[in-house]
Amino acid sequence: MLTALRCVIYRDLLLAVRRRADVATALLFFVIVVSLFPLGVGPEANLLRTIAPGVIWVAALLASMLSLGRMFSADHADGTLEQMLLSATPLGVIVVAKVIAHWLVAGLPLVLIAPVLALQFDLPQPLLGVLTLSLLLGTPVLSLVGAIGAALTLGLRGGGVLVSLLVLPLYVPVLIIGAGTVDMAAAGLGVEAHFLLLAAFLVFAGVFAPWAIAAALRISAE
Amino acid sequence: MNVNWFKYSSPQTFFPLAGALAPWFLSAALLLGAVGLYLGFFVAPTDAQQGEAYRIIFIHVPAAWMSMFLYVVMAFWAGVGLVLNTRLSGMMASAVAPTGALFSFIALWTGSLRGKPTWGTWWVWDARLTSELILLFLYFGFMALQAAIDDPRRADKAGAVLALVGVINVPIIYFSVQWWNTLHQGASVSLKSAPTMAATMFAGMIVMALGFWMYSIAAALLRVRCIILERERHADWVAQYVRTLK
Repeated sequence: MLTALRCVIYRDLLLAVRRRADVATALLFFVIVVSLFPLGVGPEANLLRTIAPGVIWVAALLASMLSLGRMFSADHADGTLEQMLLSATPLGVIVVAKVIAHWLVAGLPLVLIAPVLALQFDLPQPLLGVLTLSLLLGTPVLSLVGAIGAALTLGLRGGGVLVSLLVLPLYVPVLIIGAGTVDMAAAGLGVEAHFLLLAAFLVFAGVFAPWAIAAALRISAE
Repeated sequence: MNVNWFKYSSPQTFFPLAGALAPWFLSAALLLGAVGLYLGFFVAPTDAQQGEAYRIIFIHVPAAWMSMFLYVVMAFWAGVGLVLNTRLSGMMASAVAPTGALFSFIALWTGSLRGKPTWGTWWVWDARLTSELILLFLYFGFMALQAAIDDPRRADKAGAVLALVGVINVPIIYFSVQWWNTLHQGASVSLKSAPTMAATMFAGMIVMALGFWMYSIAAALLRVRCIILERERHADWVAQYVRTLK
């Protein structure tokens, strides 16, 4: 089972490396959206410092949602998905592998580049670590929950727009707690509770989401 | 005793039953609604702090209750449909969704009407308002997903997965919103902090809630009849039924 997990992760990463432009697009989208806010609200340092966590989190939400469509669609189109459904390996394991690969390709780069963008917003340096850690805990949840939406909308008309309608309301808790962590740290309060909550979301989603994703894939591939 | 629990799980047998029950629920809704509104507008005393403006809670609070309750009902039917693979359950889930969305919208709308005179603003990012808004989005997501899928069986199942994921998420959303709010601005105005509500006020609200409940059942039954006719249009009994209408 672990071999299957490794194989699928390796395969998806290899595919992502071969199609580097796809990965870069979502990352560039993230950078551009975040950079638009100072242009829109004006370059006042105090204001930017206040909105930085929220802006970066919302942009991360949108960027990770943008890449959801790719998660299963190529496999669905070339028949790989059917083979995965038929294989002896439990579908949940394959799904977890695909989510991990998606996060490594679409989530991790956002986490790594977020501190740089936060500097543009003049976020104080002690908060950079908090922001990065909150994204590190939060973005895997986005990939897990988003995968449910991606699996449900597989092969539908207007799937891209639809997935945002399904997934964004479910992202709300992660957004609130994730951005809240940085706000708490900025206010000089303890952030352990928020980190624990984010970790709890991750564990909860990690346990239940693969189940729902597998069920949704089976329905979509019927 | 040998009871066939699944007798009415067939669309064909449920269709006439729904048609027979709907008028009863509808008249109960009208009756309870009339009594509730009378209690609310004429019997219940004027609130000492909020004046007459508070009276909108006789619509607002029951609508908010129903919007949450109907989501659970929808998820229940969707889950039953997913587990037992009964066609009618999925139809019930899709029949309940628009009514639930309607009540969410009414709750938000009347809430903002009440917010203006009492809080001085149409909208605050209060925990309850925010979670009600997200509930409305969840209803929209469910309906949009079902509308996007042409095959009704797949639409039922996909909607069921979404509804069940949503029903797990609703308490999480609710609590996250509550924590977020209290962290940011301390104690904000809470809808539920009404001190020692007068008995008639409470009675009015309960009667209205029952009225809305009856209305929801009637609306779902009438809507499920349309869905049954649409989906079973290839069946002989539908053809016969349509012929009797002429």
